[in-house]
Amino acid sequence: MNTDLMVNGQAQRLDADPRTTLLDALRNYLHLMGTKKGCDHGQCGACTVLVNGRRINSCLTLACMHDGDEIVTIEGIGGPDDLSALQQAFIAHDGFQCGYCTPGQICSATAMLDEIAAGWASHATKNVASLPGLTVEEISERMSGNLCRCSAYPNIIDAILEVAAGKEQS
Amino acid sequence: MTSHIKMDERVERDRLAEMVQAVIGKPLDRPEGALKVSGAAPYAMDRLPANACHGVLVRATVSNGTLRDMDVDAVQALPGIRAIIADDRLLRNPAQGMAGEAPIQGPKDIAYFGQPIALVVAETFEQARHGAQALKLRFEADGTAIVAPDDPKADIETPEDEQDSTGDLDAAMQTARHTVDAHYTTPGHVSAAMEPHASIAEWNGDRLTLYGSYQMLRFNRAELADALGIEEKQVRILAPYVGGGFGSKLGIGPEAVAAALAAKALGVPVAVAMSRQQVFESVMRRSETDQHIRLAADEQGRLIGIGHEALVSNLPGEEFSEPVTQATPFLYQGDHRVIGHRIARVHRTCAGSVRAPGEAVGLTALEIALDELAAASGIDPVKLRLINIPQKDPSQDIPFSSHMLAEALEEGAKRFDWDRRRSEPGAVRDGEWLIGMGMASAARVNMLIESKARVTLNANGTGTVETDMTDIGTGTYTVLSQIAGEMLGLPMDSVETLLGDTAYPPASGSGGSFGAASNGTAVLLACEEIRQQLCERLDCDMQGLTLKDGHAIVGNRRIALPEILDGSRLVGEGHVEPGKAEETVRQATYGSYFAEVAVNAITGETRLRRMLGVFAAGRILNPKTARSQCLGGMTFGIGMALTEELIHDPRDGHIVNRDFAEYHLPVNADVPQIDVVLLDERDAWANPLQAKGIGELGICGAAASIVNAIYNATGIRIRDLPATLDKIIDGLQSRTD
Ligand code: FES
Ligand code: FES
Repeated sequence: MNTDLMVNGQAQRLDADPRTTLLDALRNYLHLMGTKKGCDHGQCGACTVLVNGRRINSCLTLACMHDGDEIVTIEGIGGPDDLSALQQAFIAHDGFQCGYCTPGQICSATAMLDEIAAGWASHATKNVASLPGLTVEEISERMSGNLCRCSAYPNIIDAILEVAAGKEQS
Repeated sequence: MTSHIKMDERVERDRLAEMVQAVIGKPLDRPEGALKVSGAAPYAMDRLPANACHGVLVRATVSNGTLRDMDVDAVQALPGIRAIIADDRLLRNPAQGMAGEAPIQGPKDIAYFGQPIALVVAETFEQARHGAQALKLRFEADGTAIVAPDDPKADIETPEDEQDSTGDLDAAMQTARHTVDAHYTTPGHVSAAMEPHASIAEWNGDRLTLYGSYQMLRFNRAELADALGIEEKQVRILAPYVGGGFGSKLGIGPEAVAAALAAKALGVPVAVAMSRQQVFESVMRRSETDQHIRLAADEQGRLIGIGHEALVSNLPGEEFSEPVTQATPFLYQGDHRVIGHRIARVHRTCAGSVRAPGEAVGLTALEIALDELAAASGIDPVKLRLINIPQKDPSQDIPFSSHMLAEALEEGAKRFDWDRRRSEPGAVRDGEWLIGMGMASAARVNMLIESKARVTLNANGTGTVETDMTDIGTGTYTVLSQIAGEMLGLPMDSVETLLGDTAYPPASGSGGSFGAASNGTAVLLACEEIRQQLCERLDCDMQGLTLKDGHAIVGNRRIALPEILDGSRLVGEGHVEPGKAEETVRQATYGSYFAEVAVNAITGETRLRRMLGVFAAGRILNPKTARSQCLGGMTFGIGMALTEELIHDPRDGHIVNRDFAEYHLPVNADVPQIDVVLLDERDAWANPLQAKGIGELGICGAAASIVNAIYNATGIRIRDLPATLDKIIDGLQSRTD
C-alpha cells in the first residue's frame, strides 16, 4: 500500500506491505540506515526518530499510520560534515563507544531538550508547577528510554548538559 | 618486511617514550566519531543490497529431543517465500571464542529450547517473519532432560586439572581467629550488545562475502569455512563497525551460516538478523554460578587460607566453562588453599564468554566474602585488603610483572572520602533512605594474543594501518591511529586505520581485554620496520632519526616525508606472539571500586548515589576511550549487583525473560556520574607498548562494592545476586521487629 511521508524535508512515497514498521520502512525501503534496530519491541530506543517534532520508537508504529507525517531521522539532524551541536558534543564527551545506540540517543536528546523547554514535567521534577531544571537528574530520567550497553550514560549527560547550557545562554 | 617479536622476556626499552609526536596517551576524540553520531557508520545490516532476500530463523520449542518434521509446503505457499533452509550444516549454537572450527552442527538434534533449526527466506522481512511464525514443527521430545544445575539428577563433571589444593584449609579454618564460610550465587547474564547478531551473505561464484557483526575475524573466517565445508580463502568477512560484543560475537553464529547457505541456494544476497529474543535464546549466556568461599584469617586479619569452589553449567559436550576462580590464586596471600571447579551438564542455552569470564562473577563473590571478613574481624575493608596483598604470586611462587593494587586502594579511599564511612551498619540515614558505603578490589588476568598488522607510509606522507582487528566500541580505531601517529611522527588526521576485513593481516581480534595491546604491538612493530627503511634512505641510524609532524629530522636537516619518499611508499608489517613472559611472571591488572548507596527503609529499593573506580593497566594509550571502557564495565557491575538475572523455566529450561522489558539492563537513571581514575603505570613484561588490557577490568568485582555498600547501609548481607528489593525487604522488616 502507498503512504506519503515527508522524511528529512523530502517527500517520499512508500509502497510497502502494511505490516511494515516505520523503522523497517526507513531502513529497507527508503535506505536510511542511520536509524537502528535493537529490539523491535519498543524496549531500547535505538530506533528513535522524530515524528512531527516528537520522539517516538519507530519500531512500535506501522509506516502506513504516518501518511502525511513529517519524519526526521538522524540523517536529517546532521551528516558527518554538517554535525549539529549535540552530535559534536557527543564526540567531544565520548558519548558513545560502539555507536549503535547513538543515532537514537541523539534524536531522543534533541526532542528531550524541547520537552524541557516546553515545561513538560518528568518523574524527576520536584515541583511540577515550576519549569523543570536542566539537571543531571532530569536529563538522566528523560533519557532512560534509550539503552546503551556500552554505558556512555555519564558522558551522554555531560554532552547534553553542555549543549543545553549553550542554548540557555544564547 | 616483517618485524617480529615473541614476548619471552621484559622489553626494557620504551619506544613510545622516545617519540616526540605527543599523541600517545592523549585523550583524543575517536576518528570515526562523526560517522557514528550521524548514523553513517555501516554496521552489518546497513549494507543491505537492493536485491537481497530476508531470512528469519525458526527455533526449537523443546529442550531436548529430535525434530521429526516440519510443514514446509504450507509455508512455501505463502506470498513471497523463497526457501526454507534446514541444512545439516546449520549451527546448534555459536562457536566458542577462538575455536577456529565449526561448533556442533545439525538442526535435527535438539539440545536446548530456542535452538535455531531452520531459516525461512522471503522477498521481504515481513513475509519471512510471517513464514517463520507459521512453520509448523513436530518434535519428539526427551522428557527426561536435565535443565537445572541444582537438579539432583544432573550430571556433574569435576575435571581433575581444574582442582587445586595446597596446605590444609580444613585445619586452617579450625584454628583461624576469624573465618567466613558461605555460599554465594550469581544468576545467568547476557552480553546484550545493542546490535543484535546479523549477517548478510553474498556469493560470487564459489567465493563468499559476509557482512557480519563479529569480534574475531580470523577465527570467524575459519569457523565459517569449516561450517560450510569450503576453504578459508573462499571466505571474506567484513565487520568494520560492530554494535557492541562483550563476548557474544566471539565465535561465528547460526545466522551467518544460515545466511550463507540460503544465499548459495537462491543465488541472491540473503540478510539474516536475529530478533532480540533469538539473541537471548541462542547466543551465549554467562553461566549461573554457585560459589563456596572459605576464608581463614589470624587475629590481625591476615589471611592464612582461602577456599573457592564453583559450580557452573553448560550444554553437554561444550568445552567452555566459566573460569570463576581465575583471580583467586594470586589476589591475596594465604598458605592453605582449595580451588574447585565443577560443571553441571544442562539443556539450557549454550554458556560462553560474557565480558570478563571468570573474574566478573568470581571476584564479585570473593570480594563480598572479604567484606564479611572485615565485618567479622572489625578491620576496615580497605585495610584488610592492603594487609593481604602478597609479595609474589602465592600459588605459583613467581613475581608479579607490575602490581598497583595498594595504590588503587589508597587513592580510591582518599578520593571517595572513605574515612567518613561509619563502620557499623545502618548508622546513616537521610529521610527514609539508609545510606552506606562499600568497596572492593578489582583484578583481571592480562593476556597477549598473536597478532599481525600492516602499516603503509604513503607517498604523500600519510599513514595507513590495516589489520582485520575489530573496533567493537573499544576505541581500536583511535588507539591504533595514535600508535602509528606517534611512531611515524604524524598528526592524527594524517593516519587512517582500516579494520574489520579479513583481506587485511590477521589480528588477535577483540576479546579478553587483549585487543589494543596485542594488535597495538603489531602496529608498533610495523612502524619500526618503516622507520628502519627511512633510516636506510636517509643514511642514518635509528637513534639519529626523529619523526615529527610529517617530517624527518636527521642531524640538522628537516625533510618533509613526501620528499624522502619521492613518489614511492614504504610498507612495514608487524607480528607479535606471546612467549615465556606469560609463565615467568604473573601479569594482571588491578584496581578498586568505591560505592555509596541509598536503600529505601520502607521499600528496600537500592539507588546507587556515587561510584568511583581506580584502575592500573599499564600505559594508558588514550585516557578518554580507556575511561569509557571502565564506565561500561562498572555499569555492567551495577546491573549485576542490582537487576540483571536470566530466569529459566524449571520445566524445560527456556529463558523466560528474553527481552529488555524483563531482563533489566541499567538505564541512564540507574547510573550516577561515575568517577574513573587511571593510574600511571608501565608493564615492560606485557608488551613493547607496556600497556595492559582495560576493557574488562571495570566489571571484575564492581558489583561487590555495591552489595557491600548495601550491607553498610542496612546490615543486610546479600549473597545471592542480584540484590533486588524482595531480598532486602525481609531483612529490613526483621530489623524493625
Ligand atoms: S528497536 Fe525500537 S525501541 Fe528497540
Ligand atoms: S554506544 Fe554502544 S550501545 Fe551505546
